[in-house]
Amino acid sequence: MRFDLPDTPPDSEALRAELRAFLSEAGRNWSPGTRARSWMGFNRGFSRQVGERGWIGMTWPKKYGGHERSSLERIVVLEEMLAVGAPVGAHWIGDRQSGPLILRLGTEEQRLRILPGIARGELAFCIGLSEPDAGSDLAALRTKAERDSNGWVLNGRKIWTTFAHKSDYMIALVRTSPAPEGGSRHAGLSQFLVDLTLPGITIRPIRDLAGEDSFNEVTFDDVKLRPDDLLGQEGAGWAQATSELGFERSGPDRYLSSFPALSTGIDALNAAPQPGAEVTIGRMVARLATLRGMSLSVGGMLERGESPQVEAALVKDAGNLFEQALPEHLRNLLDPGDASPELREMLGVLAQLAPTFSLRGGTREILRGIIARDLGLR
Amino acid sequence: MNDLRSILTEQVDRLIGDAGGIALLRQIEAGEWPAELWAGLEAQGLALALVPEAAGGVGLSWGDAAAIWQVLGRHGAPAPIAETMLAGALLASAGIEVPEGPLGLACGSAAVPYGRHVARIVLLEGNTVALHEPGEIRPAGNVGREPRDAVMPGPRIARALLPNEFGPRAGLLGRALIRSAVIAGALERVLALTVDWANTRKQFGRPIGKFQAVQQQLAAMAGEVAAVSVAVGQAARAADAHGLSGAAFEIGCAKVVAGEAATLGAATAHQVFAAIGITEEHELHHFTRRLWSWREEGGTERFWAAEIGRAALSRGGANLWPDLTARDPQGSN
Repeated sequence: MRFDLPDTPPDSEALRAELRAFLSEAGRNWSPGTRARSWMGFNRGFSRQVGERGWIGMTWPKKYGGHERSSLERIVVLEEMLAVGAPVGAHWIGDRQSGPLILRLGTEEQRLRILPGIARGELAFCIGLSEPDAGSDLAALRTKAERDSNGWVLNGRKIWTTFAHKSDYMIALVRTSPAPEGGSRHAGLSQFLVDLTLPGITIRPIRDLAGEDSFNEVTFDDVKLRPDDLLGQEGAGWAQATSELGFERSGPDRYLSSFPALSTGIDALNAAPQPGAEVTIGRMVARLATLRGMSLSVGGMLERGESPQVEAALVKDAGNLFEQALPEHLRNLLDPGDASPELREMLGVLAQLAPTFSLRGGTREILRGIIARDLGLR
Repeated sequence: MNDLRSILTEQVDRLIGDAGGIALLRQIEAGEWPAELWAGLEAQGLALALVPEAAGGVGLSWGDAAAIWQVLGRHGAPAPIAETMLAGALLASAGIEVPEGPLGLACGSAAVPYGRHVARIVLLEGNTVALHEPGEIRPAGNVGREPRDAVMPGPRIARALLPNEFGPRAGLLGRALIRSAVIAGALERVLALTVDWANTRKQFGRPIGKFQAVQQQLAAMAGEVAAVSVAVGQAARAADAHGLSGAAFEIGCAKVVAGEAATLGAATAHQVFAAIGITEEHELHHFTRRLWSWREEGGTERFWAAEIGRAALSRGGANLWPDLTARDPQGSN
């Protein structure tokens, strides 16, 4: 395991200034609850504005609607969005995961068809991994695509698919051939680019504990896919789906999910000072600065083409601990009567949202298993 | 890590490793002076490592120094070389010739590491630095049983002002950076020892490291170990960019994270080692007792967190994020 000191992009202060001006205007009417939801907020209008500014698909080639900027410049954009709790959910998955995957593994036709729409903030993506009997044990998935004369026929069920009901496409990991007898269950899996408007797809939102529709059950009933809906190589789905985990797990969205509550909490503490608050705030700021360094370090390694999967798992685990502890620290500093209405609203949202931080994108237990393997324990 | 730095750290690693390991730590705890190791460290030029080349030193950066201190910590920091390096840097920057031998840093009420063994005392008061002969010594030790003595300054040899970049708290900031770095190294060692033990010790017919309950604890500890290392790296880089005084935020962050990680790391290691780990005979406690001690030196987590927190509160919520990003190194690539 290695964490080189992070680089910072040149002229990032100019880019940050541009982002801050844009976000202060765009975010004038965001409620404290919206800010607390952060990247779990889905707002197509906002995503289109972000796309117009050239802040989605920033690193992609221009011919696919990208802007050919560095991945560290992209991190600057992500950081600034998350720092104010912008509702980036409609383009987050496409920019972070689905777009890069299509860019790397897709056919030229797929790239030209899909990527410009993501970069404009118009195409929203969801990730089709979990199934009723395949959660952390992802390779146990049973949804399958079978060849027919016109392409593929998809049958099965995905679950806990965040924003499927609002998305245009899903990248689904499914079985295209049985796992070899006595061989790896990772064999025989493939990824498909699934247009969610196709006949045979039923999307049923699952109301969550906060009373909101954020995740879904997606059923595929003889869904006809074209040959060129296959993404990448048939049978290579496992390697493809896990290859992006360095990007998925190390970004600022893994430690900043509850950050807006910290700025709001500082203002609330200035309005209603509490003895000893500075120690707790200082501990959080010290952790924040360190996690940011770790996340940027992995960002730098990814930029250089390295594959820091273990480091990314570690950033996510440590980041999730921080973003889950943050609202609890604030609760310990301020009784509800002393907290501002803004902070109370944020803490209410975060209490209900925080359990997901260490579930989504790989549970804490799975991440620690990856780290333990690297330590030589497994 | 650049080439020079990795050559230096490998040299130091070998030198201290050859000098005696746990046996050396036991000797130091018994009050002995690590004469052979010290001679080796001086022969490598480490005592003058932070002194500019123009003043006859090696002219290393804070980043190089912190990397060396981290290696030192891996071995339990069995000599006051880090303090001597820092004291030399302060003396040289004030135009005072750096004397030979181990130097004791005296600032405020803090005890002097290896005070009974030092050749000279470097006394820091605000932005003045003074070189003294050691006066009366009252020996004491920390929980790590390292010499931490009260040393009265004897006759003054020289006195001068520190340049502005060191500010009025150079001693505290330097000591905090040293302690953070040696904690980072000691934690690496403790993690390696604990993983090794978990793979060796068998219960219920298999190594205890095969149990997920143990794996999960060690993975969490690995996260903390990595965090300290990054925090120390950021602090040293900030010191190189802005001087010790300008790096107070990053150094404070590093000391907070190092202290918290020391707490968790020592607790996890002892939990995994169980009874054998708390025996006098075992090597673990030489590192865990040092970790507990080093948390207290150069400012506790509480001390630095309060400073960082006060600043954040006085700047207000809207400035928290911009203030953080404004500290990024600019134009480095």
